[in-house]
Amino acid sequence: MQTEMNLDLLSEARRQAEICNACRYCEGYCSVFPALHSQRAFSDGDITQLANLCHNCRGCYYACQYTAPHEFELNLPKALAEVRRDSWESFAWPQPVARRFQTHGGAIALAFVVGWAALFWALRSIGSSGGDGFYAALSHSAMVAIFLPTFFLPLASLAISLNRYWRSVGGQRLRFQHITTAFSKAARMKDLAAGHNEGCNFEDEDRFSQARRHVHQAIMYGFILCFAATGTATVMHYVFAMPAPYPLFSLPKLLGLSGGVLLTVGCGAMGVLKLRADRNLGDPGAWGGDMGFILLLGFVGFSGLLLYVLGSTTAMPTLLALHLGAVLTFFLLTPFTKMAHGFYRLAALIKDAQ
Amino acid sequence: MTTEYDIAVIGGGNAALCAAMTAAETGAKVLILETAPKAYRGGNSRHTRNFRCMHEGPLGPLVDDYNEDEYFDDLMKVTGGKTNEKLARLAIRTSEECLPWMQEHGVRFQPPLSGTLSLARTNAFFMGGGKSLVNAYYRTAVGLGVDVLYEAAVTHLQLDGDQVTRVDYTHNGTSHSISPKSVIVASGGFQADTNWLTRAWGPAAQNFLIRGTPYNRGVVLADLLDQNVRQVGDADQCHAVAIDGRAPKFDGGIVTRLDCVPFSVVVNKHAERFYDEGEDVWPKRYAIWGRLVAAQPDQVGYVISDAKSLNLFMPSVFPPLKADSLEELAGMMDLPPAKLRETVDGFNAACGDTSAFHPTELDGVATHGITPAKTNWARPISQAPFYGYSLRTGVTFTYLGLKVDEKAQCSTSTGPIRNLWAAGETMAGSILGQGYLAGFGMTIGTVFGRIAGQKAASYAN
Repeated sequence: MQTEMNLDLLSEARRQAEICNACRYCEGYCSVFPALHSQRAFSDGDITQLANLCHNCRGCYYACQYTAPHEFELNLPKALAEVRRDSWESFAWPQPVARRFQTHGGAIALAFVVGWAALFWALRSIGSSGGDGFYAALSHSAMVAIFLPTFFLPLASLAISLNRYWRSVGGQRLRFQHITTAFSKAARMKDLAAGHNEGCNFEDEDRFSQARRHVHQAIMYGFILCFAATGTATVMHYVFAMPAPYPLFSLPKLLGLSGGVLLTVGCGAMGVLKLRADRNLGDPGAWGGDMGFILLLGFVGFSGLLLYVLGSTTAMPTLLALHLGAVLTFFLLTPFTKMAHGFYRLAALIKDAQ
Repeated sequence: MTTEYDIAVIGGGNAALCAAMTAAETGAKVLILETAPKAYRGGNSRHTRNFRCMHEGPLGPLVDDYNEDEYFDDLMKVTGGKTNEKLARLAIRTSEECLPWMQEHGVRFQPPLSGTLSLARTNAFFMGGGKSLVNAYYRTAVGLGVDVLYEAAVTHLQLDGDQVTRVDYTHNGTSHSISPKSVIVASGGFQADTNWLTRAWGPAAQNFLIRGTPYNRGVVLADLLDQNVRQVGDADQCHAVAIDGRAPKFDGGIVTRLDCVPFSVVVNKHAERFYDEGEDVWPKRYAIWGRLVAAQPDQVGYVISDAKSLNLFMPSVFPPLKADSLEELAGMMDLPPAKLRETVDGFNAACGDTSAFHPTELDGVATHGITPAKTNWARPISQAPFYGYSLRTGVTFTYLGLKVDEKAQCSTSTGPIRNLWAAGETMAGSILGQGYLAGFGMTIGTVFGRIAGQKAASYAN
């Protein structure tokens, strides 16, 4: 069962959207406004869709004549951020863990400790019956036994959540063109570029800057590269019978190293940007959860790089437990942390293309 | 503040910023004295949206061309000839070089979109509206070394002979005086001073709403007029439009517009119609309705519409009142129910064949045999639920201002004031005697702001 969305958050966002709809000065900024202006009245599903289309670039906030102290008190980026997070929590499955992590960085940290301990235990009790490289610390079959469900369980959970989202916003049958349009926008992070392609207003009030957009893409492409590294290694292992460890000039290493650097640098920079930005223009309640997620993801990249550097030292088993523990936690928490946003954003962009 | 300033700019909107940036680029040390706090900086420029621009061939976001004569003709139409041709043509001609200048100083324009297509040739729309223009200009100005004081209220300019010798202002509760070499006044009109409006308009002005900033109180304007600086326009002239009666007293801005009148009937507090609601398309009539409503008892009008017309106009910021019967709607609006019924019944009976009804053009679907007639879009108000809005007079700006020449320089009856220039709304009456052309206020502010900045700087340097 999904939970009902918070009606107070929805009605506040609706109040603001109705004011925006009578103004329309922001129509050039992002995908939210053309979608908003195409309607006269906003159902809960409409508001949920607008909330997931919003990338929190804040251009509309700084351009707005009606922000506090004006009595209309518009703060659309915040109103939509709160609805957005509430939508992820309401659609998440299973519900008992749905509201534990988006707003709680401490819970993410605790989950990481548990994940690390689980891996440490696995290393100690399962260990390895021989193998090269990391497989000397934990056998390949043990890794597969742990990470195969770790990968597929969150995907199953997200499939349930996205189905709920799709029904809530009135999505229609998918067409190939909807999907390519959405991916093309996400690939360029068009909605963090402002209408004039100069970026968003984030770390320095109303100054347009590409920092957040570029940092976001570093993280996104860094993650994709790391994922591709694992993918190619799996193919090499099973199809070409070429098990790890791999030399530096091999696809898994090159992809993984570049991805790890992007992920580490990107997450570090994103953390710094978030510290500079005005928390009250996003979802203030989710700040800790967002930060915890960024640190966890950054640590996945960083510990992976450390493993590369120190892989042949005695520190390797400890580092391996830390890295795999972080990866385990990251994947298992995907449906319940900021990581879910990527899936919802894509769904919202697909819906917007319909 | 101990710095010696070459130039003090009074006001913090578009004209003030254009003047300050232009002067600072010559190396002059410039101080902006803005009455409003930072959150409300920018005066009425915060509420603007576009810049009307002459151009020979496509320019920036503008398509085709819009030449000087066509622009001037458009201006003459709306002002009924009450236009200073020399200054108007100067503003129009200079507007073309202003657009790239605006872009160089941080303004971003948007491609023509849904609601703006009809103006894609004549008006360049600011991405995000006027506040984003103001934000960009403040960033550029500060980058050029301009100092900005917010909540700095100028109280007096000391005029000795043919020059301003002192600027008095209050800031953080204390009084300060500075003696810059040049002074530029760009602090708007006086429409936010309800007492002044009331003196000029009579008690009716108490019920007017002010669409823009509450900080345009005309303090500096009054101070200069008291010292016999030459004025232009009359205090009882203001540009006003009919807006949603529930709008805030100040700063309601664009969202309080209502464009439902052509598809409705409008009555006064006695539930009587008083003017042809369908005379022309709304953008050509909203200013007339500002004055019509001002002339009604209590300066209020009531729009009565029905279900079949609701989707013909833009969504309003406040939802309309909604009732299943006219009597119930009358109750909600404090109108005499029987009289409203009588008025609407009379109107409905006067409606004829409505098959030619066309919401986006003058369709000639008119009433017959009632006064006042409704000459277009006349359809019976008959399909429940019924919808109601109140209308009030919303003042956009005042025409009374400082008379300037083509150098934006102020003068007294004995000649020019050597170090005083004016730009923007405070001198717009030098060009516009009545009426208004969309986007022309920003043209005047930009053109004369830049001129004032140049002249003030060359005097100071």
